[in-house]
Amino acid sequence: MSKNLRINNKQFIDETRKLSFIFNGKKLYGYKGDTLASALLSNDIHLVGRSFKYHRPRGIMTSGSEEPNAILQIGNDDALTEPNVRATEIELYDGLICNSQNCWPSVKFDIGGINNFLSPLLPAGFYYKTFMWPASFWEKYEYFIRKSAGLGKSPTKQDPDMYDHRYMHCDILIIGGGVSGLIAAKIASDDNKKVLLLEDKELLGGSLIYDDNDISKIDNQKSSEWLKKLIENIKNDKNIIIKTRTSLAAYHNYNFLLARQNLTDHLSVNDRNNKIRQRLYKIRAKKVIISTGAIERPQVFHNNDRPGIMLASAVKKYIDYYGVRCGLENVIFTNNDSAYETALSLHKSGTKLNAIVDIRNNSSSEIVNKVKSLGIQIYWNHTIVNTKGYKRINKVTIMKLNDKGNDVVGKKIELNCDCLAISGGWTPMVHLFTQSGGKLKFDNKDNIFVPDKTNLNQLSIGSAKGDFELDDVLKNSIKDTKKFLQIENSNFDKIDVKCSKEKEKKNIWLLPSDKPLSKTKPFLDYQNDSTAKDIKLALREGFKSIEHVKRYTTTGMGTDQGKLANMHALGIVADTTNTNMGDLGTTTFRPPYTPLTFGTIVGRNVGQFFDIFRKTPMHDWHVDNNAKFENVGQWKRAWYYPKDGESMHDAVQRESKAARESSGILDASTLGKIDIQGTDANEFLNRVYTNAWSKLQIGKCRYGLMLNEDGMVYDDGVTTKLGENHYLMTTTTGGAANVMSKLEDYLQTEWPELDVFLTSVTDHYATASVCGPNAKKIINKIFKDLDLSDESFPHMSFKEVKLGNINCRVMRISFTGELSYEINVEASYGKYIWEKCIEAGKEFNITPYGTETMHLLRAEKGFIIVGQDTDGTMTPVDLQMDWIISKKKYDFIGKRSLYRSDTIREDRKQLVGLLTDDPNEILEEGAQIVKDENKKPVNMLGHVTSSYFSPTLKKSIALAVLKEGKKLKGQKLLVPMIDKTIKVTVSDTVFLDKENERING
Amino acid sequence: MFLINCPYCGERDQSEFVSGGEAHIARPKQPTELNDDQWAEYLFMRKNIKGIQFERWNHAHGCRKWFNVARDTSNDKIEKIYKMGEQPPKL
Ligand SMILES: [Zn+2]
Repeated sequence: MSKNLRINNKQFIDETRKLSFIFNGKKLYGYKGDTLASALLSNDIHLVGRSFKYHRPRGIMTSGSEEPNAILQIGNDDALTEPNVRATEIELYDGLICNSQNCWPSVKFDIGGINNFLSPLLPAGFYYKTFMWPASFWEKYEYFIRKSAGLGKSPTKQDPDMYDHRYMHCDILIIGGGVSGLIAAKIASDDNKKVLLLEDKELLGGSLIYDDNDISKIDNQKSSEWLKKLIENIKNDKNIIIKTRTSLAAYHNYNFLLARQNLTDHLSVNDRNNKIRQRLYKIRAKKVIISTGAIERPQVFHNNDRPGIMLASAVKKYIDYYGVRCGLENVIFTNNDSAYETALSLHKSGTKLNAIVDIRNNSSSEIVNKVKSLGIQIYWNHTIVNTKGYKRINKVTIMKLNDKGNDVVGKKIELNCDCLAISGGWTPMVHLFTQSGGKLKFDNKDNIFVPDKTNLNQLSIGSAKGDFELDDVLKNSIKDTKKFLQIENSNFDKIDVKCSKEKEKKNIWLLPSDKPLSKTKPFLDYQNDSTAKDIKLALREGFKSIEHVKRYTTTGMGTDQGKLANMHALGIVADTTNTNMGDLGTTTFRPPYTPLTFGTIVGRNVGQFFDIFRKTPMHDWHVDNNAKFENVGQWKRAWYYPKDGESMHDAVQRESKAARESSGILDASTLGKIDIQGTDANEFLNRVYTNAWSKLQIGKCRYGLMLNEDGMVYDDGVTTKLGENHYLMTTTTGGAANVMSKLEDYLQTEWPELDVFLTSVTDHYATASVCGPNAKKIINKIFKDLDLSDESFPHMSFKEVKLGNINCRVMRISFTGELSYEINVEASYGKYIWEKCIEAGKEFNITPYGTETMHLLRAEKGFIIVGQDTDGTMTPVDLQMDWIISKKKYDFIGKRSLYRSDTIREDRKQLVGLLTDDPNEILEEGAQIVKDENKKPVNMLGHVTSSYFSPTLKKSIALAVLKEGKKLKGQKLLVPMIDKTIKVTVSDTVFLDKENERING
Repeated sequence: MFLINCPYCGERDQSEFVSGGEAHIARPKQPTELNDDQWAEYLFMRKNIKGIQFERWNHAHGCRKWFNVARDTSNDKIEKIYKMGEQPPKL
């Protein structure tokens, strides 16, 4: 710790706990209680990065979340490294490793610094103008821009840290633990309210807690002493839950808020093991009090961005809180009284203050008089016209302002300094208020936007509301909180506050220089390198709306959301266009207020918890038998069962051959199942399906097709009549929940007169489907007493039988075209019945098959899969399924749409079969079909929806949707692929067993 | 994230509900007697207004009941919640 920069401060810094850290490869030291920024400053390091566009050297500027420059890469571990961390926000821990981001090859010698000399060539909109044309070059430009600009590196490995989410409910949420938030918390608690108090720093108290001047007094005590007692009181208050290191990320409607708590980021890496790193609170508050304070504005003048130029309030905090001098030769530049507190802190700590430059003509407030009495040189009505020092400021040049304040006069005066503390007044932190939908109003007196109208049950107090002087802050906070909570009296009613009162105000958004504006660099947005010149250029080029100016110049678009820059940008636009700032409106602040890690957002929903998944009762059997799984909706379905290293193709060929030649078994438990009961159940089915249901007898099954009201196919499945007023509907696996919701919607809202009750029973039953020529023999072995003759148990019928105590519903229905039985049992017996079938089928080589083989088998028969062969634009007529549309029924869902002008077009895409001229050539699903591939633009006629190699037919088969497909049977068409063109012939959709003989075994 | 006062369950978080679009669009009793334009009016045309909008909501992860909501789309304030079949309130 060189140059005597550390001042003894035992209050907030623990000098008994020395911590080592590494910055850009160099080992340095700080103390427990430091932020990374204060530790760097105590090592006389200001230069921490390079600016985004001009690569100018930049230093630590602030002491909080508004920091535009000191954003560093923390850590060097591939999984744990984190970019864009503000040195001003991260607490120092032992072993911290950090690096500057935006510089290459090093922060001290930066190749991009040449941009600084080229800056006349890099005006606002430069990237837009230069790199957007031709569009095809964008990828190349982007590479170079990213390489030379680079805002940090993302971790490349999975985040090993744990994150957490928690819900919180409270009567009063208070955001910000400064003096006004603390007073509000106490008033609310005294009224027996449940209070949640959030503070983003590690300690409560805001800026008043380290206030060390003798001018402000509360109840005749030093204000910081008074505040410490209040904090002790609040810490012991059972009504108040305090969360420190917790920053509010988002304020949504209905007082729903998200806050992020840092739990381990301040610990040394070894102490973090097995601890939750960050927690996201999802908060519902009956009432919200915003006491987020204010941030200081810089001033805008030529070369106002050099390392060593800092906000005056930050210089004060580094001295009074961290015990760190930011420089040994200080100059203050201000337009208001608050910087005089910094002057007092510098003086009290024995730090040299060379001069104060104040653009006002004079001030005679108590605090200014005190500074005057110390003999400190004050240059009234002066401004800085230039600064010097490349990697650290060493001089400022000042000149006198003219009467209007728009030019400088007289002689130049040079002042030495290694730290320039600047203050341009204060801006209330209204970000959360506006995020929540609140409207702002402009206060001409202080040149600030303050909260105005809100629809929510919320209140802004303290400097977040625009009160800057201690007596206003306290008295208004007390008064407003009482009113907000409808309380008559509080323990603070007789509070006595003494403080200095500011009497003179003056504000110049863009300070004049002795050089023309075109020759100067007055920075607004330090992170994005936009200057006052850029704003003026944007206005000259015709941009009027502040939102457009902001995007064109990138002002306020950085990771700090322009917390420092926005007011000056608005002010300069207003001045240039002669508009009142209040009429310009502000830009919108969007969540998150400060950046959130992805880990916090995702919480515990990572890895296997990323999404829920559903397993059938037979799942373990599939796993034991080497099944590969596919995701169908949330279900894990057995896809195929490779044997001895078979490929998927080989396994599917074997499985489908077995199903056709002897027997196969499929786990069909995932199909959606809806139990339908009620005296109007039959009428209900008539209304929701396209075909007629009136004549279905008990014990019989029927296939149904369901449309949307627009006439497009929505779902399909078999429904069984279990009893007079009792049906079991099956739906597609993926469509189950949607079908249930849709049917429930119609019942409740369109047809409330129907006596029908729907119950989702998908999870209640397990289904084993046994198919193939030997299926009957296998079922017979299991259910010995069941009459399986075609007369007693024909295709599309159902029997209820018992296997021991197990109730089994056996349906003879087929999705493969083979003789097939589906056994439905209560889910808990699913694996038992499955194993029974496997055992009984052993002698017939019963072969478990997965969804892929099922798809192949049904495609051979031309059965559609809703969602694969249809895409929400196919009517039953398009599918050549006219037979399923009842002509007799007066109405059903989607009927009217089947003869809209669009749905009766003959040139719609229609479902057809495709055969490749080379029977071994398998088409790719999704491949386009054309007639002529030479005439450009090529006319796309349709695409392949399903495609397989059929081992039974020994050739490739495909289903496709094709324009006017019905008319094109026998036509030769082309399927162009990247390396060849495949010749195909349009065919019927049924490839196998057109006579449906296999259905009877 | 709204708080919605389900008429059957009470106040719950918005994440339990799904929106079903504009309310009070009854399905025509005799669709076959409508011409294409009339049917299209029912099928496709929906209002998108700034101000009070009447909407259907379903307590999908709760009682599964549908009900109506009068919501101000400019600030998402729910002015009134009423059951299916009831007339929209005068607001
Ligand atoms: Zn409900």
